[in-house]
Amino acid sequence: MLSKLFSFNGGVKPDPNKSLSTREPIARLALPPQLVIPLHQHIGGTPRPLVHVGDKVLRGQRIGAADGNVSSAVHAPTSGHVVAIEPRPMPHASGLSSPAVVIEPDGLDAAIEREPFDWHAAAPGEIRDFLRDAGVVGLGGAVFPSHLKLNPGKSGHTDTLVINGAECEPFITCDDMLMRAEPENILRGALIMQRMLAAKQVLVALEDNKPEAAAALKAAAQSLGHASLEVVVVPTRYPAGGAKQLIRVLTGIEVPHGSRSTDYGVQCFNVATALAVWRALEHGEPLTRRIVTVTGNVERPRNFDVAIGTPISHLFAAAGLKPDTDKLIMGGPMMGIPLPNIDAPVVKATNCLLASSPALFAPPEPELPCIRCGECARACPADLQPFELYWHSRARNFGRAQEYKLFDCIECGCCAYVCPSHIPLVDYYRYAKSEIWARERDKDAADSARERFEFRNWRADREKEEKAAKLAARNAAKPAVKPTDGSAPAADVAPSAGDDPMKALIEAAMARARAQKEAVAAKNTDALTPAQQAQIDAAEERRKRASELSGSNAPAE
Amino acid sequence: MYNSPYLRQNTSVRRVMVTVLVAMLPAIAVQVWLFGIGLLLQIALASATALACEAAMLSMRRRPVARALGDGSALVTAWLIAVCLPPLLPWWMIVIGTSFAIIIGKHLYGGLGQNPFNPAMLAYCVLIISFPALMSQWPGLQGSDPATQLHWVLGGERALDAVTGATPLDALRTGLLGNADVSAVMQSAAFGHVAGAGWEWVALAWGAGGLLLLALRIITWHIPVAFLGAMALVSGVAWLIDPSHYASPAFHLLAGGTMLGAFFIATDPVSGATTPRGKLIFAAGIALIAWLIRAFGAYPDGIAFAVLLLNICVPLIDIKTQPPVFGHKVEPPDGGAR
Repeated sequence: MLSKLFSFNGGVKPDPNKSLSTREPIARLALPPQLVIPLHQHIGGTPRPLVHVGDKVLRGQRIGAADGNVSSAVHAPTSGHVVAIEPRPMPHASGLSSPAVVIEPDGLDAAIEREPFDWHAAAPGEIRDFLRDAGVVGLGGAVFPSHLKLNPGKSGHTDTLVINGAECEPFITCDDMLMRAEPENILRGALIMQRMLAAKQVLVALEDNKPEAAAALKAAAQSLGHASLEVVVVPTRYPAGGAKQLIRVLTGIEVPHGSRSTDYGVQCFNVATALAVWRALEHGEPLTRRIVTVTGNVERPRNFDVAIGTPISHLFAAAGLKPDTDKLIMGGPMMGIPLPNIDAPVVKATNCLLASSPALFAPPEPELPCIRCGECARACPADLQPFELYWHSRARNFGRAQEYKLFDCIECGCCAYVCPSHIPLVDYYRYAKSEIWARERDKDAADSARERFEFRNWRADREKEEKAAKLAARNAAKPAVKPTDGSAPAADVAPSAGDDPMKALIEAAMARARAQKEAVAAKNTDALTPAQQAQIDAAEERRKRASELSGSNAPAE
Repeated sequence: MYNSPYLRQNTSVRRVMVTVLVAMLPAIAVQVWLFGIGLLLQIALASATALACEAAMLSMRRRPVARALGDGSALVTAWLIAVCLPPLLPWWMIVIGTSFAIIIGKHLYGGLGQNPFNPAMLAYCVLIISFPALMSQWPGLQGSDPATQLHWVLGGERALDAVTGATPLDALRTGLLGNADVSAVMQSAAFGHVAGAGWEWVALAWGAGGLLLLALRIITWHIPVAFLGAMALVSGVAWLIDPSHYASPAFHLLAGGTMLGAFFIATDPVSGATTPRGKLIFAAGIALIAWLIRAFGAYPDGIAFAVLLLNICVPLIDIKTQPPVFGHKVEPPDGGAR
C-alpha cells in the first residue's frame, strides 16, 4: 500500500465541466466516406509509405513503416482503396499540411491476417519492435513512441510504473470513460509494461473527481489479484495529470527538465496507451482507433470511439455543433491548440475536440501592465517565477529568460489563468522559446556555413601551396645538377696543390666541401621571393600537422 | 486568434485594488471617529488629485486613459497618502504630495507596475522633509467640530495649537530627549493602554483590514509576519536591556505606522520583493530600519524612509532569493554528472 501521497506546489482548480460528456457511454462512430491518415502522428521520424495510389488495403495493414527506431508505424483502420498519397491539412495551430494516405473505405472492413506473435515467449527487444510496428504511441497527448519508453535502461529494472489516468484538464473525459469501460484490459496492459520494465510496483493513478472509474479499476485490480498493482486516487488539482506532477505526487520524486524519469526509477504511461499495448500484443491489433471527447458548445457532448483519420467535421456533425461556435480547439481549455481547419483528421494525439463560444470561453480582456502581484508564481506547478519570465521575454532578453529556467515551463497555463492583468503569459513564453530555437538554428546554420567557407578557403590555399611547392621542387632539381658537374674538376685539382699528402688530403676535403657548398648555394630556391618562401613554409607546416593529425587519429580508430 | 489557456479566472487588477480600498475602510472609520472628518476631506482631495494627474499623464504618454483610470491603482495610492498625513493639513499639501507620487513616483518611471518606489511613501517623505512642522500637527482626541475642520483644511487662518498635539511617538521622543524615562513619559494623557490613546484602536483596525487581505489572498503572510516579528524582536531586545530608554514591543507594534506599514505599505507588490524569502528579508529590513529611526533618528517615525531604502534593495533581494525550480531542488541521483 502506498502509505503517503506527496504534493506539488501551485496548480489551479478550474471548474472541471466533465459531467457534460460522461452522461452517455462511448459511441462507436460510423466510418466517414474518406479517411485521411497522416504518416507523421508521433514524435520522431516520418514513416515512409508502404502503399501506392490504387492499392487495396485491409484493416490493420501497415501503410507507413517506422523510419528508424525513433518512429512508429501507421495502419489502415479499415479495408478500402488508397485514393491519394499527398499533403493534407493537419490538426495543428499552423494549419500546415503534411503527407497523408487517403483511404476510401469499401464497407467490408476486412481484416488483414495477423502474424502470430507470442509475447509471453518473446524477448523484450522483440516486443519493442512489435509495438513499434503496431504503431503504439503515448495517447495522453505527447504521442512519444511507447516502445522507446518500455526499456528499463542500464539498471535493468524500474522502481515504479505509473499508469496515468488523472486526466486533470477540464472538459476532457476520454480516459475517464475508457477506465470505466475497460478497466481489466488497461490493467492487463499495465502488467505487460511492468514485465518489460521489470518494475517493482505499478501505480494506476486518477483524480478523485472520477469515482466511477476508480471503483471500476479497483474491482478489476482485485479480480486480477496482483499485490504489486495498486489503484491510487489523488486530489483533483490541475495539472496533477502532468507526468512530472503525477510522479511527484505519487513518489515525491521531482524529475528535472531534460532528464528521463527512468533515470529516477520511474516510468509513466497514459491509461489508453496501456490498453493499446494490451490490444497489440494479445489481439494483434495495431493502433488504428482511439477515444475522443467531443464537448463544449455542442448539442450532444459525448465520447466517440473513432477511426484515426476521420475528419474532425465528422465528429462535430455527430455531436451537433452549435451555430454560435467561434473557435475549435483540439485538447482542453488550458493547453489545447486552436484548429484552423475543421476538415483536418483525428490523429493519435486527439484526445478531445472542444467547441468554444463567446459565452463558454470569453475572449481575453485587454492586457494591463504586470503589477508583480506574484499570483502566477503561486500557481506555477514548475516553481517558476512566471512574471520574471514575462518581463525578460517581453524585453527580448532571452538569455535572462533562460537563466530563469524558461525551458522548465510546461505551458500548463496556470499563470495566465490566475493573472489579474489578463496577460497572455504562455504566449510570451512560446514566443521566447521559438525565438531562442530560431536563433540557435540560425547560429547552427551560420556556423556550418562558416565552417564550409573556411574549409573551402583552406583547401584552395592548400592546393595552391602544393602546386607552388611542387613547382619549386622541380625547379630546384634542375640547377642542382650543374654545380655537381662543376665540382669534379675542383676535386681533381686539389691533390696537385701541395707535396704533403696530409695537407693535400685536407685541401682535397676542403675543396670538396667548398664544391658541395657551392652546389647547394647554386640552388635557385634561394632566389625565391619571401612570399614564395612563406608559402612553402606554410605548406611544410600543414603537411606536418596533417601527418600529426592522422597519427593522433590512428589509435582512436 | 488567441491561444491557450482559453479559461480565465474571474479576476482583475481593478478587483484587487478595490479589495484593498475596502480593507482600508475599518481603519479610516476609526480615524474619523477619533480625529474628525478632516480625513474624509483629505481622501477626497487626494483621490481627485490622483485621478487628474493619472489622466493627464496617461494622455501625455498616449495610453488609453479610461482603462487605466478604471484599474483603481491611483485611488489606492491616494488613500494611502491621505491616511498617513495629519488630517487637518491645508489642502495644498496633500495636492502637492499626491501629484508628486503620481507624476514623478509613478508615471515618470513608466506607470503602473514600473515604479521602483512606493508612491505613497514618496509623497509622505517629500512632505515631511519639506514641511516638518505642519506634518507633526496631529489633532488631539478631543477633536473639533466638522465646520472648523473644513475651514482649516480649506485654508482659513490656522489656530491649530489649541487642538493639535504630539503623536505618541513624538511625545516619547521629546520626552526621552528631555531625559525623562519611558514610564514617566507614558504617564501623560497622550498615551493609552500600551501605545497612544486612540492610536491603539487605529492600529488594530489596520490589522483587521490586513487580515481581510490575507484571507482574500491579496497578500501573503510573509511580509506582515516578518515585519511585525522583526519589529517585536528588535524593540523587545532593546527593551529588555534598558526598559527606561526603550519602549516596549507592544508599544512599537501599536504605535505610529507599524500596522499600516506591515499590511498595506510594505505589501505593495510593485515596489516590494516578490520571492517568499525575499519578502521576509524585505519586510524585516523595513522594520529594523524603522525602529532604528524611531530609537535614534531625527524623526519620530521611520516607516516611510525605511520602505524607500528597502525599495532600493528589491532587485538585489529578488535576484538573490530565487526559489529553486521544480526538479532543481536536489542534485540528480548520479551527482549531476549529466
